[in-house]
Amino acid sequence: MQRSPATAPTIARLIEAFHRLPGIGPKSAQRLAYHVLRAPRAEAEALAQALLEVKDSTRLCGACQNITDADPCAICLDPDRSASTICVVEEPLDVAAIERAGVHRGRYHVLHGAISPMDGIGPEDLKVRELLSRLGDAAVEEVILAMNPNLEGEATAGYLSRVIGAMGVRITRIAHGLPVGADVEYADERTLRAAMTHRVEIDQSEGQG
Amino acid sequence: MPRIRPIRTEAIVLRQRPLGDADRICVLFSPTRGRVEAVAKGVRRPLSKLAGHVEPLSRGQFGLAQGRSLHVITDAQTLDAWPSLHDDVDRMTEALSMAELVDRSTDLDVASGPLYMLLKGSLDELARTSSPSVVRRWFTLRFLDQQGYQPELDECVRCRAALGPEGNGYAAADGGAVCPNCHQAGVGQRLSSPVFRLLRYMRRSSCEATTQVRVAADEAAELERHLRLSLEQALDGRLRSSSFTEALERAESYGHSAASVAADREREEQERAAV
Repeated sequence: MQRSPATAPTIARLIEAFHRLPGIGPKSAQRLAYHVLRAPRAEAEALAQALLEVKDSTRLCGACQNITDADPCAICLDPDRSASTICVVEEPLDVAAIERAGVHRGRYHVLHGAISPMDGIGPEDLKVRELLSRLGDAAVEEVILAMNPNLEGEATAGYLSRVIGAMGVRITRIAHGLPVGADVEYADERTLRAAMTHRVEIDQSEGQG
Repeated sequence: MPRIRPIRTEAIVLRQRPLGDADRICVLFSPTRGRVEAVAKGVRRPLSKLAGHVEPLSRGQFGLAQGRSLHVITDAQTLDAWPSLHDDVDRMTEALSMAELVDRSTDLDVASGPLYMLLKGSLDELARTSSPSVVRRWFTLRFLDQQGYQPELDECVRCRAALGPEGNGYAAADGGAVCPNCHQAGVGQRLSSPVFRLLRYMRRSSCEATTQVRVAADEAAELERHLRLSLEQALDGRLRSSSFTEALERAESYGHSAASVAADREREEQERAAV
Protein backbone atom coordinates (compact mmCIF):
# COMPACT_ATOMS: atom_id res chain seq x y z
CA MET A 1 0.00 0.00 0.00
CA GLN A 2 1.36 3.42 -0.98
CA ARG A 3 1.88 5.85 1.89
CA SER A 4 0.56 9.38 1.50
CA PRO A 5 2.59 12.27 2.94
CA ALA A 6 -0.75 13.58 4.30
CA THR A 7 -1.04 10.58 6.63
CA ALA A 8 1.07 10.47 9.77
CA PRO A 9 3.45 7.45 9.76
CA THR A 10 1.87 6.06 12.96
CA ILE A 11 -1.58 6.06 11.39
CA ALA A 12 -0.20 4.67 8.13
CA ARG A 13 1.30 1.74 10.07
CA LEU A 14 -2.07 1.05 11.71
CA ILE A 15 -3.83 1.23 8.33
CA GLU A 16 -1.29 -1.22 6.91
CA ALA A 17 -1.84 -3.58 9.87
CA PHE A 18 -5.63 -3.60 9.33
CA HIS A 19 -5.15 -4.01 5.57
CA ARG A 20 -3.26 -7.26 6.18
CA LEU A 21 -6.39 -8.79 7.80
CA PRO A 22 -8.53 -11.05 5.56
CA GLY A 23 -11.40 -9.30 3.80
CA ILE A 24 -10.18 -5.79 4.70
CA GLY A 25 -9.53 -3.58 1.69
CA PRO A 26 -7.60 -0.27 1.76
CA LYS A 27 -10.73 1.87 2.37
CA SER A 28 -12.00 -0.35 5.21
CA ALA A 29 -8.50 -0.33 6.72
CA GLN A 30 -8.52 3.49 6.70
CA ARG A 31 -11.99 3.64 8.29
CA LEU A 32 -10.97 1.19 11.04
CA ALA A 33 -7.74 3.06 11.77
CA TYR A 34 -9.50 6.42 12.08
CA HIS A 35 -12.22 4.78 14.21
CA VAL A 36 -9.56 3.57 16.65
CA LEU A 37 -7.94 7.01 16.57
CA ARG A 38 -11.19 8.75 17.53
CA ALA A 39 -12.32 6.10 20.06
CA PRO A 40 -11.72 6.60 23.82
CA ARG A 41 -8.35 5.39 25.03
CA ALA A 42 -10.00 2.60 27.08
CA GLU A 43 -11.54 1.13 23.93
CA ALA A 44 -8.18 1.10 22.12
CA GLU A 45 -6.51 -0.48 25.15
CA ALA A 46 -9.20 -3.18 25.34
CA LEU A 47 -8.62 -3.97 21.66
CA ALA A 48 -4.84 -4.16 22.11
CA GLN A 49 -5.26 -6.29 25.24
CA ALA A 50 -7.65 -8.69 23.47
CA LEU A 51 -5.21 -9.07 20.56
CA LEU A 52 -2.31 -9.90 22.87
CA GLU A 53 -4.40 -12.27 25.00
CA VAL A 54 -5.57 -14.25 22.01
CA LYS A 55 -1.94 -14.81 21.03
CA ASP A 56 -0.68 -15.53 24.57
CA SER A 57 -3.36 -17.68 26.13
CA THR A 58 -4.88 -19.81 23.38
CA ARG A 59 -3.59 -23.20 22.33
CA LEU A 60 -4.86 -26.33 20.62
CA CYS A 61 -6.84 -28.88 22.64
CA GLY A 62 -4.66 -31.99 22.87
CA ALA A 63 -7.65 -34.19 21.99
CA CYS A 64 -9.84 -32.41 19.42
CA GLN A 65 -7.26 -29.84 18.17
CA ASN A 66 -9.81 -27.03 18.50
CA ILE A 67 -8.53 -23.64 19.67
CA THR A 68 -9.02 -23.35 23.42
CA ASP A 69 -7.94 -21.49 26.58
CA ALA A 70 -7.64 -24.73 28.58
CA ASP A 71 -6.44 -28.17 27.52
CA PRO A 72 -8.57 -30.31 27.27
CA CYS A 73 -11.27 -27.96 25.98
CA ALA A 74 -14.75 -27.58 27.52
CA ILE A 75 -16.37 -29.83 24.88
CA CYS A 76 -13.89 -32.68 25.40
CA LEU A 77 -14.32 -32.40 29.20
CA ASP A 78 -18.14 -32.33 29.13
CA PRO A 79 -19.33 -35.66 30.61
CA ASP A 80 -22.77 -35.22 29.03
CA ARG A 81 -21.32 -35.41 25.52
CA SER A 82 -21.01 -38.81 23.89
CA ALA A 83 -17.45 -40.04 23.33
CA SER A 84 -18.70 -42.60 20.83
CA THR A 85 -19.22 -40.08 17.99
CA ILE A 86 -16.56 -37.75 16.58
CA CYS A 87 -17.56 -35.08 14.09
CA VAL A 88 -14.55 -34.18 11.90
CA VAL A 89 -14.52 -30.60 10.58
CA GLU A 90 -12.08 -28.51 8.54
CA GLU A 91 -11.85 -25.37 10.69
CA PRO A 92 -12.55 -24.19 14.27
CA LEU A 93 -15.34 -21.95 12.91
CA ASP A 94 -17.14 -25.09 11.69
CA VAL A 95 -17.34 -26.31 15.31
CA ALA A 96 -18.90 -22.98 16.29
CA ALA A 97 -21.46 -23.26 13.45
CA ILE A 98 -22.50 -26.82 14.37
CA GLU A 99 -22.68 -25.90 18.06
CA ARG A 100 -24.93 -22.93 17.23
CA ALA A 101 -27.27 -25.32 15.42
CA GLY A 102 -27.21 -27.69 18.45
CA VAL A 103 -27.39 -30.77 16.23
CA HIS A 104 -24.41 -32.76 17.52
CA ARG A 105 -23.98 -34.00 21.09
CA GLY A 106 -20.76 -35.92 20.52
CA ARG A 107 -17.19 -34.69 20.26
CA TYR A 108 -15.26 -32.97 17.49
CA HIS A 109 -11.96 -33.16 15.67
CA VAL A 110 -10.59 -30.10 13.83
CA LEU A 111 -8.28 -30.83 10.88
CA HIS A 112 -7.19 -27.18 10.41
CA GLY A 113 -7.65 -27.26 6.66
CA ALA A 114 -8.59 -29.54 3.80
CA ILE A 115 -6.57 -31.57 1.33
CA SER A 116 -5.92 -29.52 -1.80
CA PRO A 117 -3.88 -31.68 -4.21
CA MET A 118 -3.27 -28.92 -6.77
CA ASP A 119 -1.91 -26.60 -4.06
CA GLY A 120 0.31 -29.37 -2.69
CA ILE A 121 -1.64 -29.55 0.63
CA GLY A 122 -1.77 -33.19 1.67
CA PRO A 123 -2.90 -35.21 4.71
CA GLU A 124 0.47 -34.67 6.41
CA ASP A 125 -0.32 -30.93 6.57
CA LEU A 126 -3.54 -31.56 8.55
CA LYS A 127 -4.29 -33.00 12.00
CA VAL A 128 -4.95 -36.46 10.56
CA ARG A 129 -2.42 -38.38 12.67
CA GLU A 130 -4.01 -36.93 15.83
CA LEU A 131 -7.44 -38.10 14.62
CA LEU A 132 -6.23 -41.64 13.96
CA SER A 133 -4.67 -41.89 17.41
CA ARG A 134 -8.08 -40.99 18.94
CA LEU A 135 -9.83 -43.67 16.89
CA GLY A 136 -7.84 -46.39 18.61
CA ASP A 137 -10.03 -45.76 21.64
CA ALA A 138 -12.65 -48.53 21.72
CA ALA A 139 -15.29 -45.97 22.79
CA VAL A 140 -15.36 -44.39 19.30
CA GLU A 141 -18.10 -46.04 17.25
CA GLU A 142 -18.76 -43.48 14.53
CA VAL A 143 -16.87 -40.76 12.69
CA ILE A 144 -19.02 -38.10 11.01
CA LEU A 145 -17.19 -36.35 8.17
CA ALA A 146 -18.48 -32.76 8.02
CA MET A 147 -16.29 -31.43 5.24
CA ASN A 148 -17.42 -28.65 2.91
CA PRO A 149 -19.18 -30.00 -0.21
CA ASN A 150 -16.46 -28.80 -2.59
CA LEU A 151 -13.49 -30.45 -4.30
CA GLU A 152 -11.10 -30.05 -1.34
CA GLY A 153 -13.76 -31.34 1.06
CA GLU A 154 -14.43 -34.33 -1.19
CA ALA A 155 -10.72 -35.14 -1.51
CA THR A 156 -10.38 -34.94 2.29
CA ALA A 157 -13.45 -37.10 2.91
CA GLY A 158 -12.30 -39.62 0.27
CA TYR A 159 -8.86 -39.94 1.86
CA LEU A 160 -10.18 -40.16 5.45
CA SER A 161 -12.81 -42.74 4.55
CA ARG A 162 -10.09 -44.92 3.04
CA VAL A 163 -7.80 -44.67 6.09
CA ILE A 164 -10.56 -44.92 8.73
CA GLY A 165 -12.31 -47.67 6.77
CA ALA A 166 -9.17 -49.78 7.17
CA MET A 167 -9.46 -49.27 10.95
CA GLY A 168 -12.96 -50.75 11.03
CA VAL A 169 -14.74 -47.68 12.47
CA ARG A 170 -18.17 -46.68 11.10
CA ILE A 171 -17.92 -43.59 8.84
CA THR A 172 -20.77 -41.30 7.83
CA ARG A 173 -20.80 -38.02 5.92
CA ILE A 174 -23.21 -35.12 6.39
CA ALA A 175 -25.86 -34.95 3.64
CA HIS A 176 -25.57 -32.64 0.62
CA GLY A 177 -28.49 -30.98 -1.11
CA LEU A 178 -30.48 -27.79 -1.38
CA PRO A 179 -29.90 -25.21 1.36
CA VAL A 180 -32.93 -23.75 3.16
CA GLY A 181 -34.30 -20.81 1.15
CA ALA A 182 -32.83 -21.95 -2.19
CA ASP A 183 -34.69 -22.21 -5.51
CA VAL A 184 -34.83 -25.58 -7.24
CA GLU A 185 -34.76 -23.90 -10.67
CA TYR A 186 -31.34 -22.37 -10.00
CA ALA A 187 -29.80 -25.48 -8.45
CA ASP A 188 -26.92 -27.09 -10.31
CA GLU A 189 -26.90 -30.68 -11.52
CA ARG A 190 -24.72 -32.10 -8.74
CA THR A 191 -26.70 -30.46 -5.95
CA LEU A 192 -30.00 -31.74 -7.36
CA ARG A 193 -28.51 -35.19 -7.85
CA ALA A 194 -27.33 -35.25 -4.21
CA ALA A 195 -30.70 -33.97 -3.01
CA MET A 196 -32.54 -36.68 -4.95
CA THR A 197 -30.14 -39.44 -3.87
CA HIS A 198 -30.48 -38.51 -0.19
CA ARG A 199 -34.25 -37.82 -0.23
CA VAL A 200 -36.15 -38.96 2.87
CA GLU A 201 -39.46 -40.66 3.42
CA ILE A 202 -42.19 -38.35 4.77
CA ASP A 203 -43.60 -39.77 7.99
CA GLN A 204 -47.32 -39.92 7.13
CA SER A 205 -48.34 -40.76 10.69
CA GLU A 206 -47.39 -37.23 11.74
CA GLY A 207 -50.28 -34.80 11.97
CA GLN A 208 -52.97 -37.50 11.74
CA GLY A 209 -53.74 -37.21 15.44
CA MET B 1 -16.36 5.52 -23.77
CA PRO B 2 -17.18 2.45 -25.91
CA ARG B 3 -19.01 -0.28 -24.02
CA ILE B 4 -16.99 -3.52 -23.77
CA ARG B 5 -19.09 -6.47 -24.88
CA PRO B 6 -19.23 -9.38 -22.46
CA ILE B 7 -17.51 -12.55 -23.62
CA ARG B 8 -19.38 -15.84 -23.95
CA THR B 9 -17.27 -18.98 -23.88
CA GLU B 10 -17.41 -22.65 -23.11
CA ALA B 11 -14.77 -23.71 -20.56
CA ILE B 12 -13.60 -26.38 -18.13
CA VAL B 13 -13.02 -25.16 -14.56
CA LEU B 14 -9.47 -26.22 -13.66
CA ARG B 15 -9.18 -24.83 -10.15
CA GLN B 16 -10.33 -22.17 -7.70
CA ARG B 17 -8.84 -20.11 -4.91
CA PRO B 18 -10.60 -17.95 -2.31
CA LEU B 19 -10.78 -14.18 -2.76
CA GLY B 20 -11.93 -11.95 0.09
CA ASP B 21 -14.78 -13.16 2.28
CA ALA B 22 -17.26 -14.42 -0.26
CA ASP B 23 -15.62 -14.66 -3.71
CA ARG B 24 -13.38 -17.10 -5.52
CA ILE B 25 -10.99 -16.75 -8.43
CA CYS B 26 -11.75 -19.52 -10.94
CA VAL B 27 -9.16 -20.70 -13.44
CA LEU B 28 -11.10 -21.58 -16.59
CA PHE B 29 -9.75 -23.35 -19.67
CA SER B 30 -11.51 -22.30 -22.85
CA PRO B 31 -10.96 -23.66 -26.39
CA THR B 32 -10.92 -20.16 -27.87
CA ARG B 33 -9.24 -18.18 -25.08
CA GLY B 34 -6.98 -20.70 -23.33
CA ARG B 35 -6.52 -20.15 -19.61
CA VAL B 36 -8.73 -17.42 -18.20
CA GLU B 37 -8.80 -16.21 -14.60
CA ALA B 38 -12.19 -14.90 -13.54
CA VAL B 39 -13.80 -13.84 -10.26
CA ALA B 40 -16.95 -15.69 -9.22
CA LYS B 41 -18.62 -13.23 -6.89
CA GLY B 42 -20.45 -14.39 -3.77
CA VAL B 43 -19.93 -18.11 -4.44
CA ARG B 44 -18.89 -18.85 -0.85
CA ARG B 45 -22.31 -17.79 0.44
CA PRO B 46 -24.76 -20.67 1.06
CA LEU B 47 -27.47 -19.37 -1.28
CA SER B 48 -25.20 -18.50 -4.20
CA LYS B 49 -26.81 -19.50 -7.50
CA LEU B 50 -23.43 -19.50 -9.21
CA ALA B 51 -21.51 -21.72 -6.77
CA GLY B 52 -22.53 -25.12 -8.14
CA HIS B 53 -21.76 -24.05 -11.73
CA VAL B 54 -18.14 -23.02 -11.14
CA GLU B 55 -16.86 -26.08 -9.26
CA PRO B 56 -13.50 -27.41 -10.49
CA LEU B 57 -13.66 -30.44 -12.81
CA SER B 58 -16.88 -29.35 -14.48
CA ARG B 59 -17.57 -27.94 -17.94
CA GLY B 60 -19.89 -25.05 -18.56
CA GLN B 61 -20.95 -22.08 -20.65
CA PHE B 62 -19.75 -18.84 -19.07
CA GLY B 63 -20.48 -15.16 -19.48
CA LEU B 64 -17.42 -13.02 -18.64
CA ALA B 65 -17.12 -9.27 -18.19
CA GLN B 66 -13.74 -7.57 -18.30
CA GLY B 67 -12.95 -6.24 -14.82
CA ARG B 68 -10.07 -3.95 -13.80
CA SER B 69 -7.51 -6.77 -13.59
CA LEU B 70 -9.48 -10.02 -13.86
CA HIS B 71 -12.61 -11.08 -15.71
CA VAL B 72 -15.83 -11.36 -13.68
CA ILE B 73 -18.20 -14.32 -14.22
CA THR B 74 -21.63 -12.82 -14.94
CA ASP B 75 -23.45 -16.12 -15.53
CA ALA B 76 -22.69 -19.82 -15.79
CA GLN B 77 -24.56 -22.90 -16.92
CA THR B 78 -23.14 -26.39 -16.35
CA LEU B 79 -22.75 -28.55 -19.47
CA ASP B 80 -20.93 -31.52 -17.85
CA ALA B 81 -20.89 -31.89 -14.06
CA TRP B 82 -18.98 -35.23 -14.26
CA PRO B 83 -20.38 -36.33 -10.87
CA SER B 84 -18.32 -39.52 -10.78
CA LEU B 85 -15.11 -37.45 -10.85
CA HIS B 86 -16.22 -35.89 -7.55
CA ASP B 87 -17.78 -38.94 -5.88
CA ASP B 88 -14.87 -41.33 -6.48
CA VAL B 89 -11.58 -40.18 -4.99
CA ASP B 90 -9.45 -42.29 -7.41
CA ARG B 91 -11.07 -40.70 -10.45
CA MET B 92 -10.85 -37.29 -8.80
CA THR B 93 -7.12 -37.67 -8.20
CA GLU B 94 -6.43 -38.59 -11.83
CA ALA B 95 -8.64 -35.74 -13.07
CA LEU B 96 -6.79 -33.27 -10.84
CA SER B 97 -3.44 -34.44 -12.27
CA MET B 98 -4.76 -33.79 -15.77
CA ALA B 99 -6.16 -30.38 -14.78
CA GLU B 100 -2.86 -29.42 -13.12
CA LEU B 101 -0.94 -30.37 -16.27
CA VAL B 102 -3.13 -28.10 -18.37
CA ASP B 103 -3.05 -25.32 -15.76
CA ARG B 104 0.75 -25.34 -15.64
CA SER B 105 1.41 -25.60 -19.35
CA THR B 106 -1.00 -23.07 -20.85
CA ASP B 107 -0.84 -19.30 -21.09
CA LEU B 108 -3.47 -16.71 -20.25
CA ASP B 109 -5.71 -15.77 -23.18
CA VAL B 110 -4.04 -18.01 -25.80
CA ALA B 111 -6.43 -20.26 -27.75
CA SER B 112 -5.75 -23.99 -27.24
CA GLY B 113 -8.50 -25.84 -29.11
CA PRO B 114 -6.73 -29.23 -29.55
CA LEU B 115 -5.65 -29.38 -25.88
CA TYR B 116 -9.17 -28.45 -24.80
CA MET B 117 -10.62 -31.29 -26.86
CA LEU B 118 -8.01 -33.69 -25.42
CA LEU B 119 -8.86 -32.69 -21.85
CA LYS B 120 -12.61 -32.78 -22.42
CA GLY B 121 -12.48 -36.20 -24.13
CA SER B 122 -10.22 -37.61 -21.41
CA LEU B 123 -12.46 -36.33 -18.59
CA ASP B 124 -15.49 -37.83 -20.40
CA GLU B 125 -13.67 -41.19 -20.57
CA LEU B 126 -12.44 -40.89 -16.98
CA ALA B 127 -16.01 -40.31 -15.78
CA ARG B 128 -17.14 -43.67 -17.18
CA THR B 129 -14.07 -45.89 -17.03
CA SER B 130 -13.19 -48.49 -14.44
CA SER B 131 -9.45 -47.88 -15.12
CA PRO B 132 -8.83 -44.24 -14.11
CA SER B 133 -5.04 -44.49 -14.07
CA VAL B 134 -5.00 -45.89 -17.65
CA VAL B 135 -6.97 -42.85 -18.87
CA ARG B 136 -4.56 -40.48 -17.13
CA ARG B 137 -1.53 -42.26 -18.65
CA TRP B 138 -3.10 -42.10 -22.13
CA PHE B 139 -3.81 -38.39 -21.56
CA THR B 140 -0.21 -37.82 -20.41
CA LEU B 141 1.26 -39.40 -23.56
CA ARG B 142 -1.07 -37.40 -25.84
CA PHE B 143 -0.35 -34.24 -23.83
CA LEU B 144 3.41 -34.73 -24.33
CA ASP B 145 2.82 -35.29 -28.05
CA GLN B 146 0.75 -32.11 -28.38
CA GLN B 147 3.14 -29.95 -26.38
CA GLY B 148 6.13 -30.92 -28.51
CA TYR B 149 7.69 -33.39 -26.06
CA GLN B 150 6.59 -36.49 -27.99
CA PRO B 151 8.67 -39.43 -26.73
CA GLU B 152 10.55 -41.00 -29.66
CA LEU B 153 9.50 -44.64 -30.12
CA ASP B 154 10.60 -45.40 -33.69
CA GLU B 155 14.33 -44.79 -33.70
CA CYS B 156 17.04 -44.56 -31.04
CA VAL B 157 17.31 -41.00 -29.67
CA ARG B 158 21.11 -41.44 -29.43
CA CYS B 159 22.27 -43.21 -32.62
CA ARG B 160 19.10 -43.01 -34.78
CA ALA B 161 19.05 -46.81 -35.37
CA ALA B 162 15.57 -48.25 -36.00
CA LEU B 163 14.14 -49.73 -32.79
CA GLY B 164 13.25 -53.43 -32.58
CA PRO B 165 10.88 -54.81 -29.97
CA GLU B 166 13.47 -56.22 -27.53
CA GLY B 167 16.26 -54.95 -25.29
CA ASN B 168 15.56 -51.22 -25.57
CA GLY B 169 16.00 -48.59 -22.91
CA TYR B 170 14.10 -45.37 -22.09
CA ALA B 171 16.01 -42.12 -21.65
CA ALA B 172 13.49 -39.40 -20.72
CA ALA B 173 16.17 -36.71 -20.62
CA ASP B 174 17.13 -37.52 -24.24
CA GLY B 175 13.51 -37.59 -25.40
CA GLY B 176 12.52 -41.26 -25.74
CA ALA B 177 13.66 -44.83 -26.37
CA VAL B 178 17.24 -45.96 -27.02
CA CYS B 179 18.39 -49.05 -28.94
CA PRO B 180 19.84 -52.15 -27.18
CA ASN B 181 23.43 -51.08 -28.03
CA CYS B 182 23.07 -47.61 -26.50
CA HIS B 183 21.14 -49.05 -23.53
CA GLN B 184 23.90 -51.58 -22.88
CA ALA B 185 26.38 -48.71 -22.98
CA GLY B 186 24.53 -47.34 -19.92
CA VAL B 187 21.97 -44.98 -21.48
CA GLY B 188 18.44 -44.91 -20.03
CA GLN B 189 16.37 -47.22 -17.87
CA ARG B 190 15.18 -50.66 -18.95
CA LEU B 191 12.22 -50.52 -21.35
CA SER B 192 10.58 -53.94 -21.33
CA SER B 193 9.14 -55.31 -24.54
CA PRO B 194 5.45 -55.29 -23.38
CA VAL B 195 5.72 -51.66 -22.19
CA PHE B 196 7.42 -50.62 -25.44
CA ARG B 197 4.58 -52.24 -27.43
CA LEU B 198 1.99 -50.66 -25.11
CA LEU B 199 3.47 -47.17 -25.57
CA ARG B 200 3.28 -47.59 -29.35
CA TYR B 201 -0.27 -48.95 -29.10
CA MET B 202 -1.34 -46.02 -26.87
CA ARG B 203 0.02 -43.55 -29.42
CA ARG B 204 -2.05 -44.93 -32.31
CA SER B 205 -5.18 -45.97 -30.37
CA SER B 206 -8.12 -44.23 -28.75
CA CYS B 207 -8.37 -43.81 -25.01
CA GLU B 208 -11.28 -46.24 -24.86
CA ALA B 209 -9.31 -48.91 -26.77
CA THR B 210 -6.33 -48.43 -24.44
CA THR B 211 -8.52 -49.05 -21.36
CA GLN B 212 -9.40 -52.50 -22.82
CA VAL B 213 -5.75 -53.66 -22.80
CA ARG B 214 -4.79 -55.92 -19.89
CA VAL B 215 -1.57 -54.78 -18.29
CA ALA B 216 0.32 -56.58 -15.51
CA ALA B 217 0.98 -54.57 -12.33
CA ASP B 218 4.77 -54.46 -12.83
CA GLU B 219 4.33 -53.30 -16.45
CA ALA B 220 1.90 -50.58 -15.32
CA ALA B 221 4.46 -49.44 -12.73
CA GLU B 222 7.22 -49.34 -15.38
CA LEU B 223 5.03 -47.38 -17.80
CA GLU B 224 4.12 -44.97 -15.00
CA ARG B 225 7.79 -44.43 -14.21
CA HIS B 226 8.76 -43.65 -17.83
CA LEU B 227 5.84 -41.28 -18.36
CA ARG B 228 6.50 -39.51 -15.05
CA LEU B 229 10.13 -38.90 -16.01
CA SER B 230 9.15 -37.55 -19.43
CA LEU B 231 6.57 -35.29 -17.79
CA GLU B 232 9.08 -34.00 -15.26
CA GLN B 233 11.41 -33.16 -18.15
CA ALA B 234 8.62 -31.29 -19.92
CA LEU B 235 7.40 -29.43 -16.83
CA ASP B 236 10.85 -28.99 -15.29
CA GLY B 237 9.48 -30.30 -11.99
CA ARG B 238 6.96 -32.64 -10.35
CA LEU B 239 3.21 -32.32 -10.40
CA ARG B 240 2.02 -31.00 -7.03
CA SER B 241 -0.98 -33.36 -7.10
CA SER B 242 1.27 -36.44 -7.38
CA SER B 243 1.98 -36.28 -3.61
CA PHE B 244 -1.73 -36.83 -2.93
CA THR B 245 -1.85 -39.72 -5.42
CA GLU B 246 0.95 -41.39 -3.45
CA ALA B 247 -0.73 -40.64 -0.09
CA LEU B 248 -3.95 -42.20 -1.37
CA GLU B 249 -2.10 -45.34 -2.47
CA ARG B 250 -0.70 -45.65 1.07
CA ALA B 251 -4.00 -44.77 2.81
CA GLU B 252 -5.25 -48.30 3.49
CA SER B 253 -1.96 -49.59 4.85
CA TYR B 254 -1.68 -46.40 6.94
CA GLY B 255 -5.13 -47.16 8.41
CA HIS B 256 -4.18 -50.79 9.13
CA SER B 257 -0.96 -49.78 10.86
CA ALA B 258 -2.77 -47.06 12.88
CA ALA B 259 -5.31 -49.71 13.98
CA SER B 260 -2.58 -52.16 15.03
CA VAL B 261 -0.71 -49.43 16.96
CA ALA B 262 -3.97 -48.58 18.75
CA ALA B 263 -4.63 -52.26 19.51
CA ASP B 264 -1.10 -52.65 20.97
CA ARG B 265 -1.61 -49.57 23.11
CA GLU B 266 -4.96 -50.84 24.41
CA ARG B 267 -3.43 -54.26 25.21
CA GLU B 268 -0.58 -52.59 27.11
CA GLU B 269 -3.07 -50.49 29.08
CA GLN B 270 -5.10 -53.60 29.93
CA GLU B 271 -1.97 -55.43 31.08
CA ARG B 272 -0.93 -52.46 33.21
CA ALA B 273 -4.42 -52.32 34.74
CA ALA B 274 -4.28 -56.08 35.50
CA VAL B 275 -0.92 -55.68 37.29
